Amino acid sequence: MMKRKALDLWVGVFVAIGLGALLFLALKVGNLSSFSAAETYLVKANFDNIGGLKKRAPVKSAGVVVGRIEDIVFDTETYEAAVTFSIDKRYEFPKDTSAKILTSGLLGEQYVGLAAGGDTAKLKNGDTLKITQSAVVLENLISQFLFNKAADGNKDSK
Amino acid sequence: MTAVISFLEDLGGRATGAIHRLGFASRFLLLTLQNSGMCFRRFSLVVREIYFAGVQSLIITLVSGLFVGMVLGLQGYDTLVRYGSSSALGVLVALSLVRELGPVVAGLLFASRAGSAITAEIGLMKATEQLAAMEMMAVDPIARVIAPRFWAGVISMPLLAAMFSAMGVFGGYLVGVRLIGVDEGSFWSQMQAAVDFQEDILNGVIKSVVFGVAVTWIAVFEGYDAPPTAEGVSGATTRTVVTSSLTILALDFMLTAFMFRGA
Repeated sequence: MMKRKALDLWVGVFVAIGLGALLFLALKVGNLSSFSAAETYLVKANFDNIGGLKKRAPVKSAGVVVGRIEDIVFDTETYEAAVTFSIDKRYEFPKDTSAKILTSGLLGEQYVGLAAGGDTAKLKNGDTLKITQSAVVLENLISQFLFNKAADGNKDSK
Repeated sequence: MTAVISFLEDLGGRATGAIHRLGFASRFLLLTLQNSGMCFRRFSLVVREIYFAGVQSLIITLVSGLFVGMVLGLQGYDTLVRYGSSSALGVLVALSLVRELGPVVAGLLFASRAGSAITAEIGLMKATEQLAAMEMMAVDPIARVIAPRFWAGVISMPLLAAMFSAMGVFGGYLVGVRLIGVDEGSFWSQMQAAVDFQEDILNGVIKSVVFGVAVTWIAVFEGYDAPPTAEGVSGATTRTVVTSSLTILALDFMLTAFMFRGA
């Protein structure tokens, strides 16, 4: 039978390694260190079409991640998508900032891009962005292109 | 005709037997939980069992984690490099380990390394009438023998799964970055951007806790229920490994369907 002290020591080492591994996963592998801890403020924006935008998707400005999508709901009054996102307190934006839904790369995930305006007043918690641009939906682009083609064809035949 | 009838009888007998055992196992789990008070007042009992279930599974878990991570690194690189996205190797290694492989493989290892030992120990205690002797001395064997082992398993399993995942990520890093030469910065930063603490890591931990409960429950129950013979104990040990492995895989599917659907 092993002595109590040695036993306790080994179990202590075991638990310490286990918790250390969890900490490693949380800080080095996960994103706990980079974002969730920072203070944020919420901003809303309405889009005609959000395409494939998902919750937790990044909000970027000039390519830098400044926040995350918190919530996406369908507004039954305006029939638009109401998107709420949180922005890091460190980053302030003018009131007339515009939001666009962009895609990273050709097949990448979609994110919200913010372009700062020129207003001197800053965005506050709960504000709504006025200028938004919907996601590009490939089907719409193609149908537009086809319609244009068809219209051109008609002109030529006349 | 008689052959058909006896076959049906056999089938029905097996089915009712299985349901009978499930009922007993559920009652047994409840009894274990009700009698767990003592092992938290005398925590040294649990510590001793954590040593046998957890500490002694440490080496096998760490080494397998390392190798699984290294294989993921090699295979993942092989596939990703065809699409020119080898910098996403960290994401692939970390997500597959944290979400699935960590809890599942650590659970399978835990079932065969610690679960079988728990069953054999309790089964042998029953066969040599140690459990009966405890009852004679007015010591409740469930509180004294079963509950500490159960809680030790439930505590050890998530820790082992976390170690497995961490070791696997390290193995993937060794192969991907050190051996093959994927860019170190993008390896870690893409991983951090893609792995979410709540969504991925916490769900992985929840999975491993569920597996810990399932494996140790099956192990202590099979031991307690084992026929008190050499054959009976060996059969119970085998059943522990088979049942808990299948349970882990089935539970994993259900939990994955709950946790990662759509999102």
